[in-house]
Amino acid sequence: MPGDLMLNIVLFYFFAALAVVSAVLVVTRKNVVHSAIFLITSLLATAGIYLQLEAEFLFAVQIILYVGGIMVLFVFVIMLVNLDVSLHQLQFNRQWWVASLLALVLAAQFLIAIWLGRGAVNLSPPVAAALQPNSELIGQKLFENYMLPFEIASILLLVAMIGAVVMAKRRI
Amino acid sequence: MNLHILGPFEPYILPMIYAVVIVLVLPLLAGYIVLLERKVMADMQARLGPMRVGPHGLLQPIADAIKLLIKEDIIPDEADKAIFWVAPLISVTAGMLAYAALPFGPVFQIADLNIGLLFILGVSSMGIYGIVLGGWASNSHYSLLGALRSAAQLVSYETAGGLALVSVLLLGGSLSMRRLVQAQAHIGIWFIFLVPIGFFIYLVASIAETNRAPFDLPEAESELVAGYMTEYSGFRWSLYFLAEYANMIVVAGIATTLFLGGWLRPFTSVSWRAPGSTIEVLDLIPSFVFLFASAYCLWRSPRQPVRIQKLVMVLVGLLLLGLAGLMGWSITASLAIRHGVHGAFWFMAKILVYLYAFLWFRFTFPRYRFDQLMRLGWHFLIPLALVNVMGVGVALVLYWQYGWGLGPSLVLTTLITLVVAGWLAVTDDRRQAAAALTSAAGGGD
Repeated sequence: MPGDLMLNIVLFYFFAALAVVSAVLVVTRKNVVHSAIFLITSLLATAGIYLQLEAEFLFAVQIILYVGGIMVLFVFVIMLVNLDVSLHQLQFNRQWWVASLLALVLAAQFLIAIWLGRGAVNLSPPVAAALQPNSELIGQKLFENYMLPFEIASILLLVAMIGAVVMAKRRI
Repeated sequence: MNLHILGPFEPYILPMIYAVVIVLVLPLLAGYIVLLERKVMADMQARLGPMRVGPHGLLQPIADAIKLLIKEDIIPDEADKAIFWVAPLISVTAGMLAYAALPFGPVFQIADLNIGLLFILGVSSMGIYGIVLGGWASNSHYSLLGALRSAAQLVSYETAGGLALVSVLLLGGSLSMRRLVQAQAHIGIWFIFLVPIGFFIYLVASIAETNRAPFDLPEAESELVAGYMTEYSGFRWSLYFLAEYANMIVVAGIATTLFLGGWLRPFTSVSWRAPGSTIEVLDLIPSFVFLFASAYCLWRSPRQPVRIQKLVMVLVGLLLLGLAGLMGWSITASLAIRHGVHGAFWFMAKILVYLYAFLWFRFTFPRYRFDQLMRLGWHFLIPLALVNVMGVGVALVLYWQYGWGLGPSLVLTTLITLVVAGWLAVTDDRRQAAAALTSAAGGGD
């Protein structure tokens, strides 16, 4: 097996395992700050997989927006909350076994679907032409082909932001 | 280099060597920037600064490092141990990762990423977790307040700084650090002269992002003891210190690459040769700088008080002489070596100039109050950065589609942006005065 491919596989399994394990820990930790940290590691591991797929722009956006922006605000809010209360509360209610049963059924469905459709998945290495610098391409696509949806999405975000300010502020 | 025995790992060897060099040199560099800071501070306050350890305090950073390493490592009983332990590491790792895309010259760069600038911004923005988590895990009010201030400050000023960088990206047309420098070489002028307002905004925002005075509210010692670092001591404290200085070098590196021409020497497009030779006269500057420094050290060495200090001073002089020789030799060497060595020299020189500006501001301006800091960020810098980006866009449209020169169109839009800046400052002052009046009349809110 060529070394490059082996390195790729090792890195992929490292990032994938990190993402899955920390995602599980997000749910099972009692301390909210620990949960937030594991959510950050999970997001970072996903970013690592993006980078491995040579989706560099997506990697940068994932880190700057989710890790560097949204999660900072999460942690910011969590730190202001009294954690002692949540530490003494029950983490799971009595229906947890129903939920895990449903989750298992869902996972089984996914596995069966993937297994049945395995012929359609082509796992050959990508052609080199597909891997050209992609941040320019994303920019061109966004601002030429999908200009209107892009602008609508930005206006939606702006409206949400103004709405949040209006609701939070008593007197404007 | 013939490294075929390594097989598929061959392309990783040179970047790995660069990375190890950076990780080894960075703590030393940070230590000497601290020494420089203390010396500059002493000079501005008419003192001598550190003079005891080595001649003119030249070995002070090493003494400080040893002191910090052998200090007792205290972890508070009530602290969240694991997070307390990990938080400084997050800060240092984030600070050091950013060096992967920083071009210390056309040759000395670990990876020329297509998204270089975004990579540096994203990775160094993770350093905030070190501060926030460290402040929270200490389980102390001072630490928590410092961490909260730091988070709010970084999130606010990242926006203004990022928008200031966009104005350069419009001109350079790429996110790759290397191509941004090449764009400046192509135009023949550094971007600071094309978008001075962008540089100003980035300068202010970068001081705020690295928590430096006059924006060092997260560690304001007169109100918060030491902010998020209050409970840290010894080696862990020094890791935070290292991270702060690593981040300072990173923001200086971004500013150097984007605004100050990266590894290009001043007057890149000027070719000025002595008659009958192929040596550029301006390429001799690095040699002469080191030569003068070396001569000064050798001249001062007999005047040192102790014999060991005389010896160290002579050694430093000889080291600088060697560097001067290296710079001189590399002019005649192959093109790759010349560009590599001289590029690294100019890049470091520009970084040091930028850092000197940091120190200068620290000893010149009094500390801002937290509401003043937020007002400066949100009411002044972010609107100004938006107007600046629009101005550069308009100038580029005039240049591309209406046949204006790039210079005149940018001068015009810069003037308009300056007018907007004045208007913003005046209206903000008026609004503040009005708010103060109403709150005084109403007896507070």
